[in-house]
Amino acid sequence: MSRTTLDLWVGIFVALGVGAILFLALKVGNLVSFGSPPGYRIEASFDNIGGLKLRAPVKAAGIVVGRVESVRLDPVTYQAIVTMKIDHGHEFTADTIASILTSGLLGEVYIGLDAGGDSKMLADGGKVMKTQSAVVLEKLIGQFLYDKAAGGGAK
Amino acid sequence: MLDGALSAAVALVRRLGAATIDGVTRLGYATRFFVAVVAHTPAAFRRLHLTLREIYFSGVLSLIIILVSGLFVGMVLALQGYDVLTRYGADESLGVLVALSLVRELGPVVAGLLFASRAGSAITAEIGLMKATEQISAMEMMAVDPLARVVAPRFWGGVVSMPLLAALFSTLGIFGAYLVGVKLIGIDPGAFWGNMQSAVDFRDDVVNGVIKSFVFGAAVSLIAVFEGYDAKPTAEGVSTATTRTVVESSLAILALDFVLTVFMFHGVHA
Amino acid sequence: MTTVADSAAAAPSAVAPEIFVELDAVTFGYDARTILDGITMRIPRGKVVAIMGGSGCGKTTILRLIGGQIAPRAGRVTVAGQAVHDLDRDELFALRRKFGMLFQFGALFTDMSVYENVAFAMREHTDLPEELIRDLVLMKLNAVGLRGAAQLMPSELSGGMARRVALARAIALDPMLVMYDEPFAGLDPISLGVVGQLIRRLNDALGITSVVVTHDVYESLKIVDYLYFVSQGRIVAEGTPAEVRGSADMFVRQFVDGEPDGPVPFHYPARGYREELLANA
Repeated sequence: MSRTTLDLWVGIFVALGVGAILFLALKVGNLVSFGSPPGYRIEASFDNIGGLKLRAPVKAAGIVVGRVESVRLDPVTYQAIVTMKIDHGHEFTADTIASILTSGLLGEVYIGLDAGGDSKMLADGGKVMKTQSAVVLEKLIGQFLYDKAAGGGAK
Repeated sequence: MLDGALSAAVALVRRLGAATIDGVTRLGYATRFFVAVVAHTPAAFRRLHLTLREIYFSGVLSLIIILVSGLFVGMVLALQGYDVLTRYGADESLGVLVALSLVRELGPVVAGLLFASRAGSAITAEIGLMKATEQISAMEMMAVDPLARVVAPRFWGGVVSMPLLAALFSTLGIFGAYLVGVKLIGIDPGAFWGNMQSAVDFRDDVVNGVIKSFVFGAAVSLIAVFEGYDAKPTAEGVSTATTRTVVESSLAILALDFVLTVFMFHGVHA
Repeated sequence: MTTVADSAAAAPSAVAPEIFVELDAVTFGYDARTILDGITMRIPRGKVVAIMGGSGCGKTTILRLIGGQIAPRAGRVTVAGQAVHDLDRDELFALRRKFGMLFQFGALFTDMSVYENVAFAMREHTDLPEELIRDLVLMKLNAVGLRGAAQLMPSELSGGMARRVALARAIALDPMLVMYDEPFAGLDPISLGVVGQLIRRLNDALGITSVVVTHDVYESLKIVDYLYFVSQGRIVAEGTPAEVRGSADMFVRQFVDGEPDGPVPFHYPARGYREELLANA
C-alpha cells in the first residue's frame, strides 16, 4: 500500500474518531456543564432530601436551569443545606419555592423551582425560604396504613 | 503416607513461591521495558509515518469489527433495557440507560477487549515473528534500535487508536439503540435524546470514558509489544506469546476498569 | 586467490598482516553450560575466513560476540583495535555501522520491498537525497544480480534470491567487515555456487574482511583464505584450504570426508547397547 493511501485511511479514521468523541460530548452529554460555566449559587434548607445526589438537575417548569453543587447537614437545625448552581440567564424571585421531586415513581431525584410573585430576585448566595422536602415512600405508606387502621376502628 | 502428603504440600508451596518470584521478575522487566519504550518515543514521533502506519494497522483495520460490534451491542441493550424499564413505566429512560452504560463502561471495556484480540494479538505475532526470523537481531546489527524503530511506533499507534475506537463503539451503540428504541419500538425521540442529554454529564461520564479507553489502550499496547519482544524465537513461542497477550490484556482491562471506576465515580453516589 | 593465502601462510612471520578481528582466549556460556572455551582467532584485514563446525557447536555465538550482542565471560574480543564488550551503547552502534551481517535465512524485513530493505540502513543512518539512495540501492542490487527484483516483496523471493538480497543489504553502507551466518544452508547447488562466488568477489572488490560461519566444507574450501574448525567450544584445527585438504588430523578428515563416525561420534553417549537391550529381558 502506498504511503498516500495509508495517510488517507488514517486521516479518515482519526476524523471519524474525533467526530465520535464530539458526538458523545455534544449530542449525548451536555458539554455546557464542562469546567465551570458562569452562574450563581443559591441555598435551600430541607428537612429531608431523600435520594438527592450531587450534580442532580435543578429544574424550573421542567427545564434544567442548574445543578446541585453540594449537600451538607446544618449542625444546629439538623436540616440539609443544599447549594445549587444556577446558570446565568435564569433569575428567580425571592419567594421561590424549592421542592425535591422525583421523575416517575423510581426516576431520578431533582429539585424543582416554582417562582412566586415577588419583585425582588435571588442574588448570588441567596437563600430560598420556602422549601418542600422529599416525599419518603416509607413514611407515606406508614401514614397510609395508620389512617386506614384509624378509619377501620371508627367504623 | 503422612510423609508423602507433607512433601506434596512443600512442593505446592515451593511452586507458589517460584511462580511469585517469576511473576515479580516479569513485572519488573515489563516496567523497565515500558520506561525504555517511553524513552524512545521522541525517535518514534520524529518519523511520524512509522506511527501513522501503525495507527493504520491497529486502528483502521479494527474499524469494521468495532463498528459492527458497537451497533449490535447497542441494539441488544435497547431491547433488553426496554423490556426491564417498561415494567416500571420508565421506558423513556432507555436513552439514559444505553448512553451511560456505553459511555462509562461498555464502550471502553468491550472496545478494549476487541482491540486486544484484534490488534494486540497481531502486534505480538508480528514482533514475535520478526524476532524468530532474526529481523530484530538484523536491525540491532545494523545499529538501528528496534525499540525506536519497531516497538515505540506500535505502542503509540495503539495508544492513539484505542480512544477513537472506543468513542466510535459508543457512538454506534447509541445509534443502534436509537434504531431499536425509537424506530422499531416507537419511543418518543425527544424523550430518548432529551433524557439522555440531561443525565449524561460531559466531564463525569464522557471525559472519564475517554480517559478509561486511553488507559486501556496504553495497557493493551504495552502488553502486546512486551509479549512480542519477549517471545521465544520459535513458532511455538510466538503462538504462546499471542495467547498471553489476549489473556493478560483482557484481565488488565477488567482489573483497571474496576480501579478506575472506584476513583472516578466514588464521589457521585453521595 | 589461493596464491595470496598460500604466500601469507608460507611467510607468517615475515610480514604479519594487519589483524582486523581478534578473539583472545574467549570463554562464553549460559549458566552452567559452557559454549565456547578459550577460543583464540586472528582474522586479517581483507581476507575471507571460515569458521567451521558441526551444528550447535557455538559458531554463531562467535559472530554474536564479534557483533557485541553478547559479552564474553572471559577473554577479549577486539575489532579494529577496539574491545567490543568495553564499548558503551553509542560507541557500539558506531562500530556496528561498519559491519554488515548476513543472517542464516536472510532475515529480510518482511514488510518492506527488496528495494526498501537495501535502502533501510541508508535511510536510517544517512541524510542522502532520494535520488542518490536510489542509485546506490540499484548498484548494490546489480552487484548481486537482482536489480530487476527491486520491487518484489521478500515473500516472493526464492531462498537463494533472499540470501543475495540480504547480502546486498549487508554491503549497503560499504562495511569494513561482513559476517555470514550459514550463508549456504538450504540452498540448491546453483544458488550455493552463486552465493559463494559473491562472497569472494565482493570481498576482493570492496576490500572488506569476511567471516563465514558454515558447515559446508566443499563450498568453503573453494572461496576462503583460512579455516578454523570448532568442536565442543574449542578450536580443534585450523589452516589454509591447501593445508586442510592435505591434513591428517582426525577431526578434519572426518569433517572433510563426511565420515559418520570419528572424533565426533555417531552415537550420543549411552550405556552399552547389549547391556541396555538385555536389561529388560
